[in-house]
Amino acid sequence: MSGDVETMHDEAGLDVGAVRRDFPVLGRTVGEHPLVYLDSAATSQKPNQVIEAVAEFTRHHNANAHRGIHMLGEEATQAYEGARATVARFLGAPEPECIAFTRGVTESMNLVAQGWGRTHLREGDEILITEMEHHSNIVPWQMTAAVTGAALRYIPLTDDGLLDLSQLGSLLTERTKILSVTGMSNALGTITPVRQLADAAHAVGAVIAVDAAQLAPHSPIDVQALDVDLLGFTGHKMLGPTASGGLYGKREVLESMEPMLGGGEMIHEVFHDHSTYKSAPFKFEAGTMPVAQQVGLAAAMDYLETLGMQNVRAHEEDITRYAIDRLLDAGATVYGPKDASIRGGAVSFWYRDVHPHDLATVLNEEGVAIRAGHHCAQLVMRRYGVPATARASFYVYNTKQEVDAMISALDRAGNIFG
Amino acid sequence: MALDDIYKEVILDHYKNPRNKRELPGAELRCHANNPLCGDEITVFAHVEGETVAEVTFQGAGCSISQSSASMMTEAVTGSSVEDSIALAASFRGMMAGEVEPDEESFGDLVALKGVVQYPIRIKCAVLAWDVLQDALAGSGTADGARSHTV
Repeated sequence: MSGDVETMHDEAGLDVGAVRRDFPVLGRTVGEHPLVYLDSAATSQKPNQVIEAVAEFTRHHNANAHRGIHMLGEEATQAYEGARATVARFLGAPEPECIAFTRGVTESMNLVAQGWGRTHLREGDEILITEMEHHSNIVPWQMTAAVTGAALRYIPLTDDGLLDLSQLGSLLTERTKILSVTGMSNALGTITPVRQLADAAHAVGAVIAVDAAQLAPHSPIDVQALDVDLLGFTGHKMLGPTASGGLYGKREVLESMEPMLGGGEMIHEVFHDHSTYKSAPFKFEAGTMPVAQQVGLAAAMDYLETLGMQNVRAHEEDITRYAIDRLLDAGATVYGPKDASIRGGAVSFWYRDVHPHDLATVLNEEGVAIRAGHHCAQLVMRRYGVPATARASFYVYNTKQEVDAMISALDRAGNIFG
Repeated sequence: MALDDIYKEVILDHYKNPRNKRELPGAELRCHANNPLCGDEITVFAHVEGETVAEVTFQGAGCSISQSSASMMTEAVTGSSVEDSIALAASFRGMMAGEVEPDEESFGDLVALKGVVQYPIRIKCAVLAWDVLQDALAGSGTADGARSHTV
């Protein structure tokens, strides 16, 4: 690791040296080593542009959105609704009202499972998900299945870490009311064929919901081209603040959903025995929302658009290809697809016999931050017969030199545990 | 922080050559636990004669800290009284909480795990086996000691 990145201009059209200068945390050290942050699939770092947007809102415009009749209230509302318009544009949504703000994708998927599931599902119906899902797209469905009596079914995985669609015809039937699937696996990196799945779901009259926690930060996305009905995303994995994010939905699908949270600002009128709700998306935004955070998310999306999502994707494909090659050369086992063109930059691996927890501790001593564990995807771990994996994940600010730093740190772990 | 503090030779030795790592046929006490955070799992088998822990073994899989701690534990408590074993478990937990200065004599090799205190996220790994042991011994009065829990 050195200042070489200053001169590094990615073939993909991303000036990584310039990008890195926007992220103050990348200037710090861990012990005596420069920080090598390879855990962006858990949460991304934040550029100055996002930090400043949150600070500027907090310093000069802070008020509750949709409430104050005073100037700050107006400004806060404008900033908040402006953020909604930015999110809609970023995702290719036809209008801002297709975006309900949530505090992240976990809340989004719970909103789908409860708000859509409880009004549309009954005994005899089926919910179809995949074995590749993050727990936030499994557990909410188990809860909804228990309440509605609907059955939960799973699309299995191939040995290569892809969805096994060979039996899709028997899994996705007229009994299936919703297919809920990740767009990009956080544990395997796999990019799923969302448009193909959307067409298959629609052909049997089902709706499709997508967990885009990993897809939205790392790939160009167009919800209309994908023809998805619902899509959850999270801000903190895409350079935005924690507690930012939302749920895209086609207007008629959002309108057909019940709110999950009741409270302030989501109501039209409240009576003793019942209440009427605002229309979507506002009926889903009960209580004071993370206004500054959603403003920060809009700044993050502006930043990503300036870089160009095609460039972001190309950069990550390049670095992921390099990382997989180097890991395999070093004798690591890599889980998920090996072909970088069909996967994202979250690379799960096992290095020789070194337990991932031990590996992460040794790497940390070299300033290299990776994740170790089951990545909230225990079904994936069970499928491939491992209790946990080590995971390196890449984003716009990562360089091949950082991959090299990780590989030499692996050596050290090999020496200790060899 | 230095890696030598956590990965001391004695820890690596217990990890690579675990003591008493086997099932104990006919053990009247048997208890299992896993750490869902990292997938570590430990089953402890114990044979108690009167008030004495006559034999303790374990089986499991996990990181070097969880497995070496289990290995050292079996050596430390074998031959002790049930009461002393439970007291040692409490002192060990105290050491991992940074509250108890280990007594070198009763701790033996276990002193080596003191360095883990500097790595708070790994403390759970170190205490896993002790939680299981304590559960097993606490259940020694029951007809069926086989229980499981998660930490």
